[in-house]
Amino acid sequence: MTTIDLRGVCCPINFVKAKLALEELTTGDVVEILLDDGEPVKNVPRSLKGEGHKLLGLKETAEGHYLLTVEKGEE
Amino acid sequence: MTIDLNNLKAGGFIKERGKDLFTVRLRVPGGRMAIPRLKKIAEVAEKYGGEFVHLSVRQSIELININFKHFAAVVEELGEASQKVASCGARVRVPVACGGCEYNPNGLVDTQKSALEVDQKLFGAPTGHHKFKVAFAGCPFDCPKSATNDVGFQGAVVPKLDPAACIRCGLCAKNCTPGAIIMGEGSKPLLDPHPCIWCGDCVKVCPTGAWEAKRTGYNVRIGGKWGRNPTVGTLFATLLPQEDVVEFITRVLAWYKDKAEGLGRIRLGDIIIKEGPQPLLEYLREKFPASVVAETIPPQIIDNQIGARR
Repeated sequence: MTTIDLRGVCCPINFVKAKLALEELTTGDVVEILLDDGEPVKNVPRSLKGEGHKLLGLKETAEGHYLLTVEKGEE
Repeated sequence: MTIDLNNLKAGGFIKERGKDLFTVRLRVPGGRMAIPRLKKIAEVAEKYGGEFVHLSVRQSIELININFKHFAAVVEELGEASQKVASCGARVRVPVACGGCEYNPNGLVDTQKSALEVDQKLFGAPTGHHKFKVAFAGCPFDCPKSATNDVGFQGAVVPKLDPAACIRCGLCAKNCTPGAIIMGEGSKPLLDPHPCIWCGDCVKVCPTGAWEAKRTGYNVRIGGKWGRNPTVGTLFATLLPQEDVVEFITRVLAWYKDKAEGLGRIRLGDIIIKEGPQPLLEYLREKFPASVVAETIPPQIIDNQIGARR
């Protein structure tokens, strides 16, 4: 699975980067997005949901980051 | 020369320092300004006003350096774009509101609709005593600082979980700033209602719609004001339905008019401090039994000001 690493990227640049990365994919593709704790893990999932992508899960990594699983929505 | 003094009745024309010059405060409920109106305002300001306009704290555009001889022309030309003049003095002022919920992802309630409705039905109504300010915040983040108004409305949702639709992803718990949601046994979200601030972040982030709004409405704080002796308004009602807003304010106004009789220029909050919050609470409960809270406290004085309170 593709992982989009957005650690150290602040809001809203992390969302825009995630959005651009998802644009390269096909509807139904599943990716993982690696996010910082704090604002990023609160804002990015909501914004991606608002863009029509499907959020599948969220896992905390051993280092305290968050791995968001997303399925690309309709174009 | 004749000046139509009817223009001055509702206020909105404020004397400036300079000879013959006035500030003209425009009526912009909720701060929403259609582009054609903005263009017309720019045109009128350029023709009759100074070199700039001023954006007031309460979301008005104020035309600066308007000569009183031009009042009629200013009013007429602004009227071509349906732009009206606001008020000042002891009246119901233009309501303030956040962007609302149409484009703002945080908004839970249509504050723009509420502000327009209150503006249409109550704007300029004389209180008989002092100014009367209303504000609408679309969510508990409360950018408009609703509790600093005579009546402040704050949009809220009470969340409810449909466990069958929950995929146990934990996004709700991660998003819950007050920490009201924790992931319990089997990664099932558990809501503790006490710390919940009704912000709806769980509903907004939930991937499957498992969290939904059980109830939506306005939490209402009354008795706030700023200025010389600031007070913060306190909670009088929760989850007031949006359609009850005008009637609710009307009832607060009726109580204010009655209780402030003979007391001169006094704000609602000071009347509540004088009477205690219970009489107003009971008066409101008669009409809004489902929304008015069981008990409350008087408006809270910010008691670190210069000059002792008498």
